[in-house]
Amino acid sequence: MRQEFKTSIDRALRNANLTGALGKFSEAYKVNRAKVYEGIDFEELRGQIAELKSSASSILPELVEQFRKNAEAKGAKVLYTNDPAQVREYILKVVRENGVKSIVKSKSMATEEIHLNSFLEKAGLEVCETDLGEWIIQLAGQTPSHMVMPAIHMTKEEVAALFSKEVDERLASDIPRLVKVARKEMRPKFLRAEMGISGANIAVAETGSIVLVTNEGNARLVTSLPKVHIAVIGIEKLVARFSDIVPILKALPRSATAQLLTSYVSVITGPVPNSDGSTKELHIILMDNRRSAMAADPMFKEAMQCIRCASCLNVCPIFRLVGGHVFGKVYTGGIGTILTAWYDELKSSEEIQGLCIQCGACKDVCPGRIDIPGLIMEIRRRLVKEQGMDLTQKAIFSVVNNRRMFHGLLRAASVAAKPFSKGSKFIRHLPMFLADLTDGRSLPAIAAKPFRDVFPTIAQPQGLKERAVFYAGCLIDFAYPEMGEALVKLLNHAGIEVLFPDDQTCCGAPARYSGAYETAARNAADNIKTLMGERADYVISACPTCTVALCHEFIATLESLGNSHWLPQARELAAKTVDFSTLAKKLVDEGRLTFRQGQALGAITYHDSCHLKRTLKADQPPRQLLRQAGYELTEMFECDTCCGMGGSYSLKLPEISAPILQRKIKNIKDSGAQLAAMDCPGCVMQIRGGIDQDGAPVRVRHTVEILAEQVVASVGKP
Amino acid sequence: MFEQFKAKAEGVSAEVHRFSTAAEALAFLVGFLQGEGVADLAGQYGVFAACPFLNQVDRTSLAAIPGLSFEVTRERAAAAKVGISQVDWALADTGTLAQDATAIDKRLVSTLPSIHVALVETSGLRPDMRALLADIRPEQAAYLAMITGPSRTADIERVLTIGAHGPERLVIVFIDRMGGSN
Repeated sequence: MRQEFKTSIDRALRNANLTGALGKFSEAYKVNRAKVYEGIDFEELRGQIAELKSSASSILPELVEQFRKNAEAKGAKVLYTNDPAQVREYILKVVRENGVKSIVKSKSMATEEIHLNSFLEKAGLEVCETDLGEWIIQLAGQTPSHMVMPAIHMTKEEVAALFSKEVDERLASDIPRLVKVARKEMRPKFLRAEMGISGANIAVAETGSIVLVTNEGNARLVTSLPKVHIAVIGIEKLVARFSDIVPILKALPRSATAQLLTSYVSVITGPVPNSDGSTKELHIILMDNRRSAMAADPMFKEAMQCIRCASCLNVCPIFRLVGGHVFGKVYTGGIGTILTAWYDELKSSEEIQGLCIQCGACKDVCPGRIDIPGLIMEIRRRLVKEQGMDLTQKAIFSVVNNRRMFHGLLRAASVAAKPFSKGSKFIRHLPMFLADLTDGRSLPAIAAKPFRDVFPTIAQPQGLKERAVFYAGCLIDFAYPEMGEALVKLLNHAGIEVLFPDDQTCCGAPARYSGAYETAARNAADNIKTLMGERADYVISACPTCTVALCHEFIATLESLGNSHWLPQARELAAKTVDFSTLAKKLVDEGRLTFRQGQALGAITYHDSCHLKRTLKADQPPRQLLRQAGYELTEMFECDTCCGMGGSYSLKLPEISAPILQRKIKNIKDSGAQLAAMDCPGCVMQIRGGIDQDGAPVRVRHTVEILAEQVVASVGKP
Repeated sequence: MFEQFKAKAEGVSAEVHRFSTAAEALAFLVGFLQGEGVADLAGQYGVFAACPFLNQVDRTSLAAIPGLSFEVTRERAAAAKVGISQVDWALADTGTLAQDATAIDKRLVSTLPSIHVALVETSGLRPDMRALLADIRPEQAAYLAMITGPSRTADIERVLTIGAHGPERLVIVFIDRMGGSN
């Protein structure tokens, strides 16, 4: 990562206004969003939207023509172009033809995308953004930090200072008063403007209509007072039918600002009368700017389903820390990373794609049902394909894939760090350039004996009826072999013999999440061969990230590389694989696992690991098991928000990972429980390390360790 | 449907009234305009956009209010405190008003003054937007306007503030029986 990018992250992280405002907003947003969606089947609604948007993007040229025909029949003038320069020139031509001196604009990301304001200002025109947030950033000479709330990064004091300069009067930082000042300042501009420029939230091909959604009422003024109206619209806003606007208008305000509906929705179909009796000149510019190319891409066409609500920003644990400006000048957050890669170029997303921690929170709330983290991974894959992996990464993967060498190296590093671990199970401080890794988090000391060497020493009962292959993954194998031992004990109690094929290797997640699909595919093949080589009833893993690899990603990686040789076995493996808690719950339900009766073990709080909850959808089994074992579950705030680990993310961007972890630690402490359970050894590593440095009297454990202590022999067991 | 509409509209800071007849609504309106101090003074004008309601009622009491005009220009509307128009529909599930606002005076009186009074026939109630859009085709209404509560913004520190560029008050007057004055 370039220093410049790291610097912009540091600047954002140090901006207390920004992180404070965004943090507060993201907390309120979750609650309010849930409230406005009450009684609505969100899955059904977003299914409708995804369907209508994807079918629209599959016939874009037809819709453009249909829109043009219908809007022109109504008297509008329509320009379709792929070229941003042509958009700017066209607008300037209309400006000249009408002797325009002053322009009012309502919010339009499409015009931000082509830097229209600076172009028009250079041509000597007065251009005024009328959306309050847009006006604020225009006065400040900044770019929007959020698609829906452009000035969310600024405080009322900063706004008061800006406005004071503009109106030449010292203003107090009283928000209603500041809004009044904006209203008053803007009125003469509205009344004298000869041209209004807007965007549109939807364009309907069937009728040639455009739909504008606002709260302030500025779009109504922009489209009513000036005699010329130009709407600049990205063609991803096209839908086929008029009735398609219903589901979009149902989701957009709910997802964007947690409103049932915005104050104003205007549906404009052809030119309307002006106040002097003339008819408005209405120009509609359908801007492509690589959207057609995106729609033609087998993977990225999904991004055309975006309705620009920005909910992916609102729920993103990274965005709420760093805000929009680190993402670049126009589109921000998860979807913004994808749009930047296309509307600008793939290379422009090289750094910002690394901000995604792959927690999947955005995917859950996207009303266009876009797999945003999946597409960001695809950007990574293409970047690696285009530019190759860097040498360090290559070297790391070659070591990771040689298990004993990997353990040896880690162990050597751990021993070398002995002076730093002060004889405890943690490495609290690392020297020099590695210092960031232990900033706010202690790393686990590497186990003297990896699980692969412990396993043969475990005596399992004879004559067990079922067999399970245990897939340990790196962390349990090398750092937490005791979790593996607990798992063997527990399964033995349920009458299951555990097998540990020695040739198992890394699940490939680190490679895949870095875009190195070839490496990930080799990992997949090696593991499939090994794990399927044993006759067993289950393949079990106590790491959700590994489980997701076995259940989904082996198949996806092989498919994306067109490698069909291992696919049938990959599917068989996926069908057999189960995460620890889901299998344990099944065994309890079948009466094969029993906990000590009548235990009152006190309060416990549970942290949802991203992959377990959002990909495997298994957030309930561990909770039920812990209750059945005798714990009283006390939910922490934001229990399903990422802990900041994200595999190698915490190594690449420790400055972001650390504050995310701090929040998690605070939420755990605030729950009052002195025991925190989770199902992912990665989360254990992150959170246990954070608690260690914090010094709070909270134990952090994997669910398997906790449960293994409470199982008793079932009646009738051999 | 009215009760649902009222709850939803009040939830977004609109004021909702209901009268049986146009005459009762007229009496309310006259009192309201007087109460708001509508006068023949820039900043205190009232502007009333042409609508079926005005054809139904005896305008004498309205005509007696100084500063209230039925000829709506942008200058007049920009200097008005109260704008009045009749809207066509009300959507119960979101508390939304909907109107064919192609005529410019309808838009001027509902965007520029600080108070917008919207008259609507109770029979214009529809359960939701889907039902509305089944009733109306954009080919017939070049400017279909939907209004849900007064103008608002939360662009400074996410603090909800009523009254940005549009009206800071939205007063909705339902009329059960528009025809006849009894």
